[in-house]
Amino acid sequence: MNVPDYTIALVVAIPLLGAFLTPLVGRINDKLRNIFVILVLTLNAFLVFLLASDVLTTGIKTYVFGAQDISYPIVRILFEVDAMSIFMAIISSILVTVAVIYSWSFMKENTGLDKYYTLILLLTAGMLGMVLTGDMFNFFVFLEITSIASCALIAFWTHKGESVEAGFKYIVISAMGALFVLFAIALLYGQYNALNIALLSSVIQYTFLDKIALVLLIVALAMKAGIVPMHMWLPDSYGSAPSSISIILVSATLASLYGVFRVIFTLYGNVLSKIANFGIPVNVLIGWLIVALAVISILIGVFMALIQSDFKRLIAYGAVAELGYMFLGIGTGIVALGTAYGKTALDGGIFHVINDALDVGLLFLVAGAIYYATKETSLDKLGGLARNMKYTTVFFIIGFLAVAGMPPLNGFASKLLIYESTFQLNPILAIVAILCSILLLAVFVKVFYSAFMGPQLPKFKDVKEVPKSMLFSMGIIACIIVIFGLFPEFIINNLVEPAANALIGYSEYISQVVVGGI
Amino acid sequence: MIFNIPYIAVAVLILLGLYALIFKRNLIKMVIGITLIESGVNLFLITLGYRKESIAPIYTSSPGGVMAFPVPQALTLTSIVIGVAVIALMLSLVMHIYRHYGTLDVRKVRRLKE
Repeated sequence: MNVPDYTIALVVAIPLLGAFLTPLVGRINDKLRNIFVILVLTLNAFLVFLLASDVLTTGIKTYVFGAQDISYPIVRILFEVDAMSIFMAIISSILVTVAVIYSWSFMKENTGLDKYYTLILLLTAGMLGMVLTGDMFNFFVFLEITSIASCALIAFWTHKGESVEAGFKYIVISAMGALFVLFAIALLYGQYNALNIALLSSVIQYTFLDKIALVLLIVALAMKAGIVPMHMWLPDSYGSAPSSISIILVSATLASLYGVFRVIFTLYGNVLSKIANFGIPVNVLIGWLIVALAVISILIGVFMALIQSDFKRLIAYGAVAELGYMFLGIGTGIVALGTAYGKTALDGGIFHVINDALDVGLLFLVAGAIYYATKETSLDKLGGLARNMKYTTVFFIIGFLAVAGMPPLNGFASKLLIYESTFQLNPILAIVAILCSILLLAVFVKVFYSAFMGPQLPKFKDVKEVPKSMLFSMGIIACIIVIFGLFPEFIINNLVEPAANALIGYSEYISQVVVGGI
Repeated sequence: MIFNIPYIAVAVLILLGLYALIFKRNLIKMVIGITLIESGVNLFLITLGYRKESIAPIYTSSPGGVMAFPVPQALTLTSIVIGVAVIALMLSLVMHIYRHYGTLDVRKVRRLKE
């Protein structure tokens, strides 16, 4: 299906425009405002899907803001959409739409909801801009939009000291990270007089300054993605934000993860096979570094999850472990660049990105539902909720089995790809991954027993099932999880494989701009 | 050597900012640390675009001669605007923290435990 090029601009522009219209609509009526926001995001998701079907059939699409002529490379901003960008855009659109439907009931008793919805729409515009742009400075601007909006949303419950504290932690981390990114961009710009990712990548030399820029970019973006040892903000923010925001934060961190991929595979794609110090190729060096970080993330995530007593912090540590699995897949893919099992690892890592977003997102929504019904997040005080909250229990079972990688759910499909490929790199990696997956299952079985099973507690006797909008949004994600789990081949062939090919085939990304003269 | 002074200033500003961010215990001083890093990065961008004895890049009624490169200046303007927003948000959060905790000492603002 062919769509005009300006769809790319619309996908970012519609949430941005909607954000500034939301307070005006909110003046008329609260219900109208909620419907308006849901409509804007659904329309946007629809456009993203149309764009996806086009990109996946016909290849890379571009849209130019500013000078149409390539001889002015500086006064133009290029949006370049390939299969990887559109893959991330699909994740963001799904999660944000679901979160807004969930917010209808979940946030009903709060005041200041005009600002809440405005910030959500701004955050959407930022995330989509980050994944669709083909310009480094533009990437930085969208990164800042995303971090400002998500910080304000983390601290949305300002009557709680914890939320404000988590928000402050988050903004310090992300402001510093974004400034490092800007510094790295300045380093690249000063050498090559270009800001466009494709142009930069076609001329990059891997000089000493380029190495500094690479380190700064990877560290800053990995910090924003929440990989150990830069993960300390993640449980705080995920745990203190409203649940509907936690699920959006999952996709905001994944947008930073996309930044890491883009930097390593596209921006530095030309130099990956060069020989660095000690006669080791660059890709092996970076790949093993990422694999090491990934293994530490998995271990720390799982072991910290074991000792948590707060429901949402526990899920957040689970999310750290899941991030580790993604990095494990991607890192193995980088070390074994060009081999068959490297490709499998890359497929597994990328497939795990969408699976993690859905599984962890569903668990956060369940935690939010429990908080909504009981006003309690501590696992020590919960119990016997399965009697009163049947649907939520079912959704929780689906969510935790998927996170722990049990067949036939989607987590299993991607983790199997990661296990089998990391085993060929080094069997110890696969063993650690499998063991931690089992431990993760144990953690969530513990949660399941302490929150849902056991005798009915007297204070929870009158607990009711949550309202329909919350059940509906949890249901959407649960359905997608089951469908992905039952037909993983279909998703891998149509969505994941093109994304992995887009990451490896960076020369196509470059030639579209440099040779194609767009 | 004399032309390297701006770059040395950049390094000093960024290192000072990092020092304040890591070792200072007052939240306001941490915010100042972020602003220092930001000024360092902005100065770096501006310095990159400067040419020797150049004038401001205003094309209308220009007296002639070498112009400074305008793109880094445009980037810096954007970055300054973003910086203002970040600082405003940070300071408002500091205000809320002071209201809840009654202190600005980071060692005492620790309700979120491991």
